[in-house]
Amino acid sequence: MVEEGLKIELGKQGVFVTTIQELYNWGRRSSIWPMQFGLACCAIEMIATTMARYDLARFGAEVFRPSPRQADLMIVSGTVTKKMAPQVVRLYNQMAEPKYVIAMGACAISGGPFKQGYNVLKGIDRYIPVDVHIPGCPPRPEALLHAFMTLQKKIDGQSLTGADRPRHLDAAAQGEFPVPVQGDHDLEPASNPGVWTVPVVLK
Amino acid sequence: MPGAGAEFVSNPSVSGQHSLRLEPTQAVAIAKFLRDEMQFDFLSNVTGVDWADKTVPEKVKVTRTVAKTVDGVEQPVEETVEETRTRVTPGYLEVVYHLYSVALKQGPLTIRMRTINRVDQVALPSLTPIWRSAEFQEREIFDLYGVVFTGHPDLRRLLMWDAFKDHPMRRDYVEPDDFEYEPTAHDDVLKRAQAQRSRDQGSATPATEDLSLGARAGNRDQLAKAGQ
Repeated sequence: MVEEGLKIELGKQGVFVTTIQELYNWGRRSSIWPMQFGLACCAIEMIATTMARYDLARFGAEVFRPSPRQADLMIVSGTVTKKMAPQVVRLYNQMAEPKYVIAMGACAISGGPFKQGYNVLKGIDRYIPVDVHIPGCPPRPEALLHAFMTLQKKIDGQSLTGADRPRHLDAAAQGEFPVPVQGDHDLEPASNPGVWTVPVVLK
Repeated sequence: MPGAGAEFVSNPSVSGQHSLRLEPTQAVAIAKFLRDEMQFDFLSNVTGVDWADKTVPEKVKVTRTVAKTVDGVEQPVEETVEETRTRVTPGYLEVVYHLYSVALKQGPLTIRMRTINRVDQVALPSLTPIWRSAEFQEREIFDLYGVVFTGHPDLRRLLMWDAFKDHPMRRDYVEPDDFEYEPTAHDDVLKRAQAQRSRDQGSATPATEDLSLGARAGNRDQLAKAGQ
């Protein structure tokens, strides 16, 4: 690794030094293309984020792809009903690695105001791994921008080798997540134990 | 209205929302009459009501023969005793339609229909052939209450998935226990939360609940140990 001070000094002399890892992560974090789908009112804020005032294009994420095959990021923007959950998981499975998930809003992270209802999934993180959770009902565009920057920071910190390398560089890692089945009374199974366990509620 | 298959149901409350109860066998004919002759051209709302089985306690006077000692001789004497019995009124499902007349600027006219029971005889005639706007709302009632509308052009579940077996708006619906309760649960919710916790941890005894701080901390330690 090249020291930070030396790098700056070389830069002043017109010599650019980098590593494959930095270059690779820079490229990935600067072109996160979200998938074009919205589930509820959070999607309206997501749309506002892409428009001129908040301008998501500044972060290299302006291209919303209408196909999961071309998308890097799934923004789960809104209430995930139990009727919709299998389709969301299936879309996530259809995305190519490396792929990331932002759970946007109270409903997507926990079920929100519909948590005690019979028809709403209590957080999409029960079935797919979520990288960034944003609270809010709905979160403001600034919050979504912050989630983007958090995700970029996360991508920047990923190492290409070693035990903590991301899933798409780990041949043994699980790439497909089981799609829940709509059963007689509820989704089956109610959660994927590989990504989610029952939280310990104090008291 | 004898013979017409409709019964006037008055509402004694301040709102005075009286309604017309239709006999299901003649409902389609009456609806047609209301639309064509009475110019009720706009169906604004269809909804369902689940009237569960009602248990009413009643006091009944019963005469029975009791052996008693009168003047030193044991002999049967008739005695009247008050007894409390429970009478079960069978429940039913009800569908309520709200009609308006745009032409005459009148309304709402409330009409209702009742099923025979809420288990197996739950069919009612569909009014979708009369007012097209009933289509999705009748599908919703079929989905959430389980009323089967005969004559409906496309009777499928509207909100829940096709394989779903229950009717969530019925009073006896048991909802899936699939969410973690808030840390401040109390009363009935607390009991449900405890039952869920003991089930999730696989232990048969629910944790004894004591709201004092010390007990809370102890319980927290216990939970932390279980988590490890």
